[in-house]
Amino acid sequence: MRRTTSRILRGIALVSTLALGVTACGGSDDDSDTKAVSAGDLQAALDKGGDITVWAWEPTLKTVAADFQKKYPKVKVNLVSERSGDKHYTALSNAISAGKGVPDVAQVEYFALGQYSLTKGLTDLAPYGADKLASKYTPGPWNAVSDGDKVYGLPMDSGPMALFYNKTVFDKYKIAVPTTWDEYLDAARKLHKADPKAYITSDLGDAGLTTSLLWQAGSRPYKVDGTKLGVNFDDAGAKKFETVWQQLISEKLLAPVNGWTDDWYKGLGDGTIATLATGAWMPANFSTGVPNAKGQWRAAPMPAWTKGDKASAENGGSSLAVPSLAKNKELAYAFTEYANSGAGVATRVSEGAFPATKAELESPAFQSKKFDYFDGQEANKIFADSAANVASDWSYLPFQPYANSIFNDTVGKAYVSSTKLADGLKAWQNASVKYGEEQGFTIEK
Amino acid sequence: MSTSVTASPAKSAAPGLRTPRKKHTPGKPRRNVLLTVLMALMVLYTVVPLIWLVINSTKTQAGLADSGGLWFAHDFALWDNVRDTFTYHDGIFGRWLLNTLLYVGLGAGGATLLAVLGGYALAKFQFPGRRAVFAVVIGAVAVPGTALAVPTFLMFSKMGLTDTPWAVIIPSLVSPFGLYLMWVFAAEAIPTELLEAARMDGASEVRTFFQVALPLLAPGIVTVLLFTTVATWNNYFLPLIMLKDPDWYPLTLGLSAWSSQAQTIGGDVIFNLVITGSLLTILPLIAAFLFLQKYWQSGLAAGSVKE
Repeated sequence: MRRTTSRILRGIALVSTLALGVTACGGSDDDSDTKAVSAGDLQAALDKGGDITVWAWEPTLKTVAADFQKKYPKVKVNLVSERSGDKHYTALSNAISAGKGVPDVAQVEYFALGQYSLTKGLTDLAPYGADKLASKYTPGPWNAVSDGDKVYGLPMDSGPMALFYNKTVFDKYKIAVPTTWDEYLDAARKLHKADPKAYITSDLGDAGLTTSLLWQAGSRPYKVDGTKLGVNFDDAGAKKFETVWQQLISEKLLAPVNGWTDDWYKGLGDGTIATLATGAWMPANFSTGVPNAKGQWRAAPMPAWTKGDKASAENGGSSLAVPSLAKNKELAYAFTEYANSGAGVATRVSEGAFPATKAELESPAFQSKKFDYFDGQEANKIFADSAANVASDWSYLPFQPYANSIFNDTVGKAYVSSTKLADGLKAWQNASVKYGEEQGFTIEK
Repeated sequence: MSTSVTASPAKSAAPGLRTPRKKHTPGKPRRNVLLTVLMALMVLYTVVPLIWLVINSTKTQAGLADSGGLWFAHDFALWDNVRDTFTYHDGIFGRWLLNTLLYVGLGAGGATLLAVLGGYALAKFQFPGRRAVFAVVIGAVAVPGTALAVPTFLMFSKMGLTDTPWAVIIPSLVSPFGLYLMWVFAAEAIPTELLEAARMDGASEVRTFFQVALPLLAPGIVTVLLFTTVATWNNYFLPLIMLKDPDWYPLTLGLSAWSSQAQTIGGDVIFNLVITGSLLTILPLIAAFLFLQKYWQSGLAAGSVKE
């Protein structure tokens, strides 16, 4: 049922996206946006007041919106937060293509930004002063929201990757924390041998994790230059990833559990899923989702693909963007700026969000924060270090949400059948190229 | 075993010779071990999830993760869970409950009203096109509502009705099965002679309907009302594609939104509230069934016995 529902929704979303592409070609009204909006204009808008609607599920925005309204009493922020992920994007695409009910501010994850900016669904925020904020953010997130001199959103949070591991389990079986992926593979074998119910991690095919690991391994499968695209999973980095992950799959060392399900939370809690390579936002999810394993988990730097290499990658993270059809763009930008660059950042960090701003990442208060959940570990040092080592030359496809949606039909087969991971990636590449061509992109071979 | 049972009527042609042991009347049904076992399995299959729901709504998020599914955790948090369910996100659960009541009241209530009027008219009045209506209704019963949801969405979108409560209420007003049921029920339950007698005495059609037909239709109306209520209360797919504004969500959609928070970066994981909310969601339905059961049963049996 769930599967059919999401398929149909995906269908609706795609129809909407296509319609969006068509309308975007017709008009050139976005020229009117290029006139600069001064700080004075923004202040005038704030003094005048009005209503803005914000579609965002990020929980700390609730306090931020309350503070913002306190500071600007004439502004009313209507925060709609009961939707996330697929449903959020379906609703956003539908609203944009219907030209009605479009929010003034929308949370858009980095991997999905391209889809909306390319179809001119988002306002270029550079004329509002966003272009001057570049130096405030770490390179990974800034690279994700900007395209040349255009800025399609302000980074809200970031997900520099780290390896979270269950120390209790590692200690019990005297396994050392892996520093390379080869050691990780050995640890996986050792753990599963010691306890056949325990696995090093769970993976049934996760597009987000795969792209992040490719990113860390130095692979750059997606080349995007305007409407010219290249998709190629055949580089040295991809080979490194395939080798390790293929062995994990073939030797059945990965728990057959889908991420983010209740089984998964249970596994993280009872020690049958021993590590998790993911973004630095995970501690918040750990403490609400797996409260019973408090004190067992720790953070460690990501294992390296080559010993001594410090390269890291991003996983997840989202921005706030202002749709082109937003009614109150000045106020929308003012709120976005307040939440993601101004006073809102401190509020959000204090409530557990992981920042994308350099000042917060480098501040001693942030770095020396002790995580109760990790038994007092100063985990932010590891995360900040990871953020500084994220390569900024990664790009996602302009239709990454679609590409991710077909991941399980292509690469995902390797996890459940005898298909090889390399063949799966090849199939994913072909399917992505085919879709890109259908969408009118020029594919560079 | 079955041979002795089938043989018994022939042997016991003369009353009184029949041994009491083998006697089985509708009041005293015979036992069948296989059937009993099958029914027991069915009961388990339907009741275990309910028991699971009740037990797990007493647990905190931590308790859910580190205790078995079919027994209680060390902490008993049912009341906290109920309170949290109603206060989480500024009490939006209460709003969803009111929305659901609105959709059920107008949608299911309206569907029942239309089904009663339509069913009565089709059963008791002769007019051209009845056969065509019959074909359409039977055809409509066969089409699942889910299949119509997307076309309905596109149509409503053109009419500017999406993202309003009307987008959920209007499609709920149509219940082909309810109409068919009312039609069959009215044909059986209201003797045409009675209507003729009322007309002879000079009652208007409206008065005949309200004072003669309606009381006779009561069991059928309750049955149809239960059907449409359950269908509207549980409806998930239609609101899912129609509604964007969470303030208009029914409970089904709201609970699903809460559940999907666990799949979101930085999202609050509240499986305990999802489970408690689900329990609270089915309680009104259970209550409705218990209170209306006698009508419901007599409604189902109507027309099965010739009086």
